[in-house]
Amino acid sequence: MTPALPPDVDPGNAGRTTGPIIQIENLNKWFGKLHVLNNINLDVAQGERIVICGPSGSGKSTLIRCINSLEKHQQGRITVDGVRLDDKLRNIDQVRREVGMVFQHFNLFPHLTILQNLTLAPIWVRKVPKKQAEEEATRYLERVKIAEQTHKYPGQLSGGQQQRVAIARSLCMNPKIMLFDEPTSSLDPETIREVLDVMVGLARDGMTMIVVTHEMGFAREVADRVVFMDAGEIVEIAAPATFFDHPQADRTRQFLSQILGR
Amino acid sequence: MSLVQTFFNAEVMRSCLPGLLRGLVNTLLLSLMSIVAGIIVGLAVSILRLYAPKLIRLLAIAYIDLFRAMPMLVVLILIYYALPFLGIRLSSWTSAVLAFSLVMSAYSAEVFRAGIEGVAAGQFEAAAALGLPFPLTLRLVVLPQAIRAIIPPMTGNCVSMFKDTSLASTVALPELLNEATNAQALYANPSPLIMAAIVYVLFLWPMVRLVSVLENRSQAKGAR
Repeated sequence: MTPALPPDVDPGNAGRTTGPIIQIENLNKWFGKLHVLNNINLDVAQGERIVICGPSGSGKSTLIRCINSLEKHQQGRITVDGVRLDDKLRNIDQVRREVGMVFQHFNLFPHLTILQNLTLAPIWVRKVPKKQAEEEATRYLERVKIAEQTHKYPGQLSGGQQQRVAIARSLCMNPKIMLFDEPTSSLDPETIREVLDVMVGLARDGMTMIVVTHEMGFAREVADRVVFMDAGEIVEIAAPATFFDHPQADRTRQFLSQILGR
Repeated sequence: MSLVQTFFNAEVMRSCLPGLLRGLVNTLLLSLMSIVAGIIVGLAVSILRLYAPKLIRLLAIAYIDLFRAMPMLVVLILIYYALPFLGIRLSSWTSAVLAFSLVMSAYSAEVFRAGIEGVAAGQFEAAAALGLPFPLTLRLVVLPQAIRAIIPPMTGNCVSMFKDTSLASTVALPELLNEATNAQALYANPSPLIMAAIVYVLFLWPMVRLVSVLENRSQAKGAR
């Protein structure tokens, strides 16, 4: 007897390790009449680090929010680790378990301690026993260097500390992919580095990452490819060296001159 | 007969005291049952009002509007005096608890809705991104935060509910006011009414104070 598989999961594709782990094909999205994502095509390989940049309103946050279905797309196809994102709740849940997300405003749960923030999803979604969840959480907190704050509440931590907790919270679900939506944009300058250091560490460990950020230093240091978006379109995709030193499109050059002041 | 003799007649007060205390116990029971049932149903209605498919959502809105628009006394009278014509005969206790719970649930639903809507969208998103199904998100992430925010208005609702249980005297439920009016008729003296009023105030004044303190505290928190 063949094991029952969800009908829309291709058994040859589920959990595969070769080929793109994220496939985005002809993606279109509108907010009312506004065409916020215009025919986006992007494949991301396992272990690849993508930095997406572009002016505000270019659709970069919307794009990564489509990857874990926080935003619904209206046209096109998104496949994450062999699972097609459509209206099926089961598929959305499955993808969300594989994909971690870090937000600009951290979005920690203010009524829970740091430790409880980290163990909530493992205990309730992955059914990990509480003790084991707490051990794993403590390990991740050590990794982001917050181990001494476990019993504090998010409000008692600095922005940089909160963001590191948010990263650890996502990691506790053992995601295959991490999405970062402007993770340092609401941080004080002196705490940005501590968050970027954690992200660089993650990249070194081989995590598949898509990072929306204006931190061009981080892009240069970590990214395999830089994606430049403007007005809902992908204008240019290139390796960081090419992207920064020999940008092809006028819009890219203009953006870089504004953001790097040259 | 002096004023004191009329309104604070010691002898009348002494002899009606046991009856009033029985009435107080019933008032407390009636409030407690109506408040608990009203809050539970109110939470359910508020969630339907926010997240159910459109038709059910409209029904929830209609329910909330109806029972907020209708005077509590009218709801009670309808249940107790009109339903029997449909062959539905409910005791005064059942009628009162039903009427008060319905009204309490409509007001609670609006308070819950405001509380839930006050929770930042980022909280829903973070929970969703972690793979928490929506019902768990509500239970573990949203409601604990919403409930903290709505304690002051909800306490206010409970105070109103406690006061409004006096309406049950109209359906011959032996609560505090009903016992007092009976005693007043029996002794032909208003002292029992005065006593009942004093008991209401003694019970509710600390509650009213508490509401003010909670409101001030949550305002101070909001300002921070």
